[in-house]
Amino acid sequence: MVGVVGLEVHAQIQSRSKLFSGSHVKFMAPPNSLVSHFDASLPGTLPAGYQITQQRLPIAVDGTLVYCQFEGRKRNQVLTRSVRIKQIQLEQDSGKSLHDDERSQTLIDLNRAGVGLMELVMEPDMCCGEEAAAAIRELQLILQALGTCQANMAEGQLRVDANVSVHRPGDPLGVRTEVKNINSVRHLAKAIDYEIQRQMEVLQSGGTVLNETRSFDSRSGFMPEPNLPPLYVYESDACVPADVDPAQVVVIDRIRAQVPELPPARRLRLVETYGILLEHSFTLVNEDGLMNYFESVVQMTKAEPRKVIGWVMKELMGNLNLQGMKVAQSPISPHALAELINLVESGHVSSSAAKQVFQEMWKVPEKKARQIVKELDLGMINDRKELWRICQGVVERYPEEVQIIRAGNMKVLNKLMGEVQRETKGRTDPVQVRAILEDMTL
Amino acid sequence: MLGLSIREVSQALKEGRLSATELCRKCINQIERTRFLNAYITITEEQAMEQAQRADDRLRTGKPLGSLDGIPFSVKDNFCTENIETTCASIMLKGYVPPFNATVVQKLLDQGAVLIGKNNLDEFAMGSGSTDGAFGPVRNPWSYAASYREQSRGDPDSDWVIAGGSSGGSAAAVASLSSFLALGSDTGGSTRNPGSLCGVVALKPTYGLVSRHGLIPLVNSMDVPGILTRSVHDAAIVLRTLQGQDEKDSTTVQAQSTPHSIPEDFDIRDMCVGLPKEYHAPDLSKETLAQWSRVADMFEKAGARVREVSLPHTQHSIVCYHVLCCCEVASNMARFDGLEYGHRSAVDSSTDAMYATTRHEGFNNVVRRRALSGNYFLLKQNYERYFVKAQQIRRLIAEDFKRVFSSGVDVLLTPTTLSDATRYSDFIQEDNRTRSTQDDIFTQPVNMAGLPAITLPTGISHRGLPISLQLIGQTLQDWKLLTVAHWLEQQVNFPMIRFHGDSNEREVERSVSERTHITGL
Repeated sequence: MVGVVGLEVHAQIQSRSKLFSGSHVKFMAPPNSLVSHFDASLPGTLPAGYQITQQRLPIAVDGTLVYCQFEGRKRNQVLTRSVRIKQIQLEQDSGKSLHDDERSQTLIDLNRAGVGLMELVMEPDMCCGEEAAAAIRELQLILQALGTCQANMAEGQLRVDANVSVHRPGDPLGVRTEVKNINSVRHLAKAIDYEIQRQMEVLQSGGTVLNETRSFDSRSGFMPEPNLPPLYVYESDACVPADVDPAQVVVIDRIRAQVPELPPARRLRLVETYGILLEHSFTLVNEDGLMNYFESVVQMTKAEPRKVIGWVMKELMGNLNLQGMKVAQSPISPHALAELINLVESGHVSSSAAKQVFQEMWKVPEKKARQIVKELDLGMINDRKELWRICQGVVERYPEEVQIIRAGNMKVLNKLMGEVQRETKGRTDPVQVRAILEDMTL
Repeated sequence: MLGLSIREVSQALKEGRLSATELCRKCINQIERTRFLNAYITITEEQAMEQAQRADDRLRTGKPLGSLDGIPFSVKDNFCTENIETTCASIMLKGYVPPFNATVVQKLLDQGAVLIGKNNLDEFAMGSGSTDGAFGPVRNPWSYAASYREQSRGDPDSDWVIAGGSSGGSAAAVASLSSFLALGSDTGGSTRNPGSLCGVVALKPTYGLVSRHGLIPLVNSMDVPGILTRSVHDAAIVLRTLQGQDEKDSTTVQAQSTPHSIPEDFDIRDMCVGLPKEYHAPDLSKETLAQWSRVADMFEKAGARVREVSLPHTQHSIVCYHVLCCCEVASNMARFDGLEYGHRSAVDSSTDAMYATTRHEGFNNVVRRRALSGNYFLLKQNYERYFVKAQQIRRLIAEDFKRVFSSGVDVLLTPTTLSDATRYSDFIQEDNRTRSTQDDIFTQPVNMAGLPAITLPTGISHRGLPISLQLIGQTLQDWKLLTVAHWLEQQVNFPMIRFHGDSNEREVERSVSERTHITGL
């Protein structure tokens, strides 16, 4: 049996004011502090008192969302998938109500009432939580790039309901249930997979799946809103009638020209411009601010972008993830990282020593890389006599290993090299050290 | 002086022959004296006297705010008034005090007009008798006119006629001389019907010409604030104040430039008057039909072209109106859930239970039936059959009018109601829906098409009650309509109400009126 997943997404439109009123839109404002006469649907305010949606004339229909999913043991195989979008329509958000059974009280907060929403209905083209999560992640990136929604699930700016069912391929779709009120993409994936698993177990043990959130037909009770005159949208400037002020109308071509670089184009550009791996381009685009960080560092160093991406992916992201921080909170600025990388490039510090410098900079951000190198004595040992002396000491301490090397097993040379690195805290150039050790042992 | 027109009284105020406080006091006294009419739900005496005082200060320094400075007015109680209770004659909104003024109310206040009270109506403006409100029925002032009482053998406390509705309180206020102008609302005839039965001028402007912001909606696509006055000229003054675009009502349009007053050099011979043959309804009373013919002849004799026209779809209008009205009522009444304002039931077992009992307790049967019907018409399986069909017929009705007007007709002349006012005891023998179906028959097609219409009294029936006729104009041709109505008003010379056994009072008033006329006003 396989799972079938469709999604219904409500994305809060990022705007200063609500859809039909001047009230501000803000998360976590004191209850009922962002409510106009209109939002409270006081009698006589038009049009208010019921939800307005674009049910019969959505803003867009028959779309597609292309997203990528990672597979394989190292999760570095990129698979491109797509899901059909049935329609996108504008809606008004509702207020929040909370019923206190014990005290028989209902608490109402109308701050959210009337905020503009985009409702996206995705067809059941997905089969598991991971696919749904990947689609939602891509949708979040697109909305954020457009600046039309902040798309933070925890703050309720993006709300995802999943319709889940299971069936044998080729059979008609099974009875579906709804998974709602999920506050992160990760939990969405888990909740969907759990539900698929549950339904499969129910069916395999001879039971039937029941739809508990039986939704009644939502088309009932809707009628065209007489208080809102139609809004005319024109394909191009040429389509605007002569008696209409072109500045006062919506022209699709004009909006199209203003659409910023969207995530797929952005990833392609990063791969082509910097020669980095596709999987790295995903991380750069997914993490808020990371792409700008990376591009700034690249501009400020002579190092290859492929080397820079290593620092950004391993050191920077490693430390950020460890401490649960965002890119904007990094104690090391792009400029500071560029300085460090430049020290490596110019041979002032080895790359392994530079990693220690990085950790020190993380702890004490006010210190510059050069200063830390000096204070901790991490500068590269470039004096050939000294290197020779250190190698000599190692060779003398490991006579057995030297014998083995002389017998032809060159692999053991690495152990001696490791000893030199350890003794010098990584301040040597491995190429140089290897040459000296080879001279000494062979 | 209460019987003067706005133009006359405004002139007297400006010239200092009369003070605004004196005038306001007289109106309030008149309200008190006619309390039995039940035309007012709220009397705003204190605020009114303060406003009048400020008007006097301005008038004394020769800086009036406008042509309405110091003029007392009243407002149907379904228009929001800041800090003044607005009830829609419903338990649901009893005690509700809006924090803002309806645009039309604000515009009158900005002109210096003095708000003296809120007028009674049918609950949420649903009715044609002003008999179905939480505060009891409105009595037609003509029930106490000499012309009616002299022929009636009944007791004045039981033998009285309805004011019409739903703006019955507004019409009764203007007819009983306690208010110089009243705002009504007109969805299917709610301003014109009571205006007609109470013998006053009632104007329903073109849909979109006057803002609905602050008018608690009945049918958004048909509601229009209506104007009730004692002369066509007064209605024109008020329309000029109220018309125009309002950003709080997206359906409003910019008013075309309008003349300062109704043109005097108007020639009725340039006009073509249409008589829709479909308005010969089977239930039309002989007297009303006779008035209609008499006035049509009057136009013809004066040189206007008068011809019969046809509005073939009009016969279906009342059924479609009913469907559309219920659908919009269903959605407009959704906001009354007891949460934000108004009545809230004491039942608190759950939010849903609270909603349900709040609505059951707060609305009368009429409102509940219309909302229920509306929700039925809007069910997915019924939507095409009822709502969509009604909208399609609505378009045909509007096209009928358009075709007639484009054929050269300037105005249509029709009856406003089937007959003069019905006795209350007879009226309540039928339910609200049946009554509305009969009483809105000549008025609601105009709302379906969004056209301007005016009704004015043209004669007195054998029962001593007013009979009025309706003139219908083209979209946004409200001023042409007023001009023709003004001409007709001068021809018919309808008498002012004379209350039974009130001759001394009337004598005094007539003398004031004559004095004013003599001084060249």
